[in-house]
Amino acid sequence: MVTHGGGGWRRFGKTAAERARASASAAAAGVRRRSPRCVGEFIGDPCSGEKWEPSLRRGASSRLISCGGGARRGEKGEEERRGERMPRPEVQAPPEIFYNESEARKYTTSSRIIEIQSRITERALELLALPNDGVPKLLLDIGCGSGLSGETLTEQGHHWIGYDISKSMLDVALERETEGDLLHADMGQGLGLRPGVIDGAISISAVQWLCNADKSCHNPRLRLKCLARGARAVLQFYADNVKQSEMIVTAAMRAGFAGGVVVDWPHSSKAKKSYLVLTCGPPSLNSSLPKGKGQDGAMCSDDDESDDGSGDDGEAQTVGIYERNRPKKRQKTKKNGKGKSWLLNKKEQMRKRGREVPADTKYTGRKRKSYF
Amino acid sequence: MRLLTHNMLASNARGASTGYPLKLQVVKWTTKEAEPNADFLRGMLPKLDWAALVAATHSLGLPGLLPESPPTDAELSADGAADDEGSALRRLHRALLEIHIEEGTLVCPDTERCFPISKGVPNMLLHEDEVRN
Repeated sequence: MVTHGGGGWRRFGKTAAERARASASAAAAGVRRRSPRCVGEFIGDPCSGEKWEPSLRRGASSRLISCGGGARRGEKGEEERRGERMPRPEVQAPPEIFYNESEARKYTTSSRIIEIQSRITERALELLALPNDGVPKLLLDIGCGSGLSGETLTEQGHHWIGYDISKSMLDVALERETEGDLLHADMGQGLGLRPGVIDGAISISAVQWLCNADKSCHNPRLRLKCLARGARAVLQFYADNVKQSEMIVTAAMRAGFAGGVVVDWPHSSKAKKSYLVLTCGPPSLNSSLPKGKGQDGAMCSDDDESDDGSGDDGEAQTVGIYERNRPKKRQKTKKNGKGKSWLLNKKEQMRKRGREVPADTKYTGRKRKSYF
Repeated sequence: MRLLTHNMLASNARGASTGYPLKLQVVKWTTKEAEPNADFLRGMLPKLDWAALVAATHSLGLPGLLPESPPTDAELSADGAADDEGSALRRLHRALLEIHIEEGTLVCPDTERCFPISKGVPNMLLHEDEVRN
């Protein structure tokens, strides 16, 4: 049976009839469809750690693995699995539905999220470049959620007003007794504030939600009218693709803001954060765009990126992109154990020590047949 | 919600010209102590809409809390103002930052649209057809 000639089967659960038909066609196709590597070489999939079971070759199992594309398949599987683990929340549901009670609680009990949020907030405050005169400011936190970012603002002594669309998140914020005032509102509908009263606005990981709402992409222009002259807004967002981030920036420019996007850690896939820094009013000395962190190729160290104890996760964050670009190292499989010469040497040693050792024959150190 | 926020907040509903000031109908309010900061209040003073703030204190049933005209900078930065219970600074601080409205309604002055306040959080969400474009 030519089960291994099929080349491209990656599915589970083919019916027997399908298999038979496919293998027949594979046989008809002959050499063309045969993959370049022969089955005998293929020991296992180095990425997934699966072993090629001898029984598979006899066609007993429904799982057929293409022999040539083993490594590629493994990679793809890896990606798929990663995708399953962390899908982008904004594609799943609108924010007021996605952040339900359990999600809101998860958000606030995870020390990892808390740490990341407070770090982003600190960075956003840094980019906000408030005058350093020790006077508390009135800030806006757009998409405040459970008030994690607001807590950082409170720590810095500022008063803040938080907006969020998710009732559950606000409930959690109430439970946590955050200092700022909370408003249950949709930032896509405009903020509804008097013009010129706010000293600055931050928004942590919220703007990307607007890109997926069907209509709200059109009117971010009215959104931040309430900023005081010369005030800054720092909006941190995760753009899904370049197009989305371009759209956000164009919308901001059309609304009459000066500014641009500062990207921290542009080379890292996970640590990468985009900050949209907007200023309004006449350009002043300090309205030049600050520089993003880690742009000169410096990788973020553990101090800068979360090091939350879960070893492999932290490592993936710091070396993620390099790991992906580097060609996969073929794992050396020592299929023959230590070899015949090593074995003979060992037996000789044992003999010298006076142990009882079987005699050397032509079978010594020979590998078992695979069907054993 | 503090009166500071109320002072900033305007209705965004369609048909509202300015949507400001929102009328306050209070069912329940509480006081939470906070640390007075003269610098912050001085910075906020020019941004406040004094008439709206006074009207808000009236609707809370505290007509004597704030004078009809805003205090001057000199009054706010007077020595010992932060410790003196009856000083202009302390009264402004109390009005802006210590009074929390827990339950009630905000009413848009132009459209009479009501925004309920529950557990101190005003619900400013609008229906799709109410959004001003």
